[in-house]
Amino acid sequence: MNLDKIVVKNLNFYYGDFQALKDINLTISEKEITAIIGPSGCGKSTLLRCFNRMNDLLGNTKLTGEVLFEGRNIYENKFDLLDLRKRVGMVFQRPNPFPLSIYENIAFGIKVHRAAERKDIPGIVQKSLEAVHLWDEVKDRLKKSALKLSLEQKQRLCIARAIAVKPEVLLMDEPCSALDAIATLKIEELMQELKKNYTMVIVTHNMQQAARISDKTGFMLLGELVEFGFTRDIFTRPKDKRTEDYLTGRFG
Amino acid sequence: MERHFDEELNQLKKELLRMASLAEEAVAKAIKALEKRDESICRQVLAEEERINMLEIDIEEMCLRLLALRQPMAVDLRFITSAMKINNDLERIGDLAVNIAERTLDLLTEPLLKPLIDIPRMAMIVQGMVRDVLEAFIKGDSKLAREVCRRDDEVDNLNDQIFRELLTYMISDPKTIKRALDLILVARNLERVADHATNIGEDVFYLVEGRTIKHHIEEKQSDK
Repeated sequence: MNLDKIVVKNLNFYYGDFQALKDINLTISEKEITAIIGPSGCGKSTLLRCFNRMNDLLGNTKLTGEVLFEGRNIYENKFDLLDLRKRVGMVFQRPNPFPLSIYENIAFGIKVHRAAERKDIPGIVQKSLEAVHLWDEVKDRLKKSALKLSLEQKQRLCIARAIAVKPEVLLMDEPCSALDAIATLKIEELMQELKKNYTMVIVTHNMQQAARISDKTGFMLLGELVEFGFTRDIFTRPKDKRTEDYLTGRFG
Repeated sequence: MERHFDEELNQLKKELLRMASLAEEAVAKAIKALEKRDESICRQVLAEEERINMLEIDIEEMCLRLLALRQPMAVDLRFITSAMKINNDLERIGDLAVNIAERTLDLLTEPLLKPLIDIPRMAMIVQGMVRDVLEAFIKGDSKLAREVCRRDDEVDNLNDQIFRELLTYMISDPKTIKRALDLILVARNLERVADHATNIGEDVFYLVEGRTIKHHIEEKQSDK
């Protein structure tokens, strides 16, 4: 049994008057991949953004309940936000490298978070790029702009950037939706490798992807977490009729 | 919401039911041939085996195609994998009917050993199992499916009883050995038909409920 990394208790979230999350309870286990699936607008990205307080950046929102990171509520006042974002990294739908060199894209976060001694940075850049299997492709052009990379390489770079500061959790919001099938498979393979060292939560509307890579799956609908459990059970014998209908395309 | 996929699944179900009725009919005919000592019915059973075999291949291909092209999940996935297994069981039932018909042809070369009592009784139960398990499949009735599985014990007991009785015939008069053995084999083939009906019942239960009742696993787990 893996340790509980993130525990969500009675979480409610509102955009103004609109309740986007309704009494969510779930546990993210360490060094597992947890997938959150559900139709557009079900609240899955909102839930993901609660895990590193990304929703704080928006105005006119309200949150009740708790998100415990290793037992501590990240929404209590004295929780260090910068430290949280370092420990809980994020990868987005569209690869979003900085308009800097490949090298600087990785080094930037390390410097901001003072995650390493200056002299150690080149080594960490190389290790991070190696971890995402990008090193061999870019080692001769580290000073070149990251914007010249292919879409899939950019997404790998963003994952390398996220892991360079040694986070414990990686949040991924539709990390493959801008990629083609082959590039998607490569990212999925990478996620399986990263699982040895990181806890991952992935939001996807591609249920085949959730089925392929995740250990546990949660199905959300209209702000509710309808069902949460082992992926192998959810996709073969879901308990809730709404999950069944969504998985078999009878939804709607 | 209506799906095109549903049409394909219905088509699969229809083919499977066609297969089921052929297998059921083969068993019924084989038993009738035995009871009436009718060679021509035996020959019919042998002739119709080919249709069941061809249909088995068609259904298997259909299932594989749907798995590959539709990547089904949840109840759709359970339906197709169950269909593949039920398909195999039905084909085996067809084979067993052929075995019974062959034993019957052999029995027809000699006078009746004794009036048949237990075998027709056993056949009635077995045919009932096959019929009911298919009804359970059509209606998605997991209760009926489980109930069919429970009848298997009764068939096993009858098979034992028939074996012991025929054994006494063979001991007392070696001239009866060939006919007694044929009847023992008929009973054993019937007993196997019941086993396949039980398999189908277990598959139907899994298909409907999403959990297995195979090998009395629930009792074993609750013992722990």
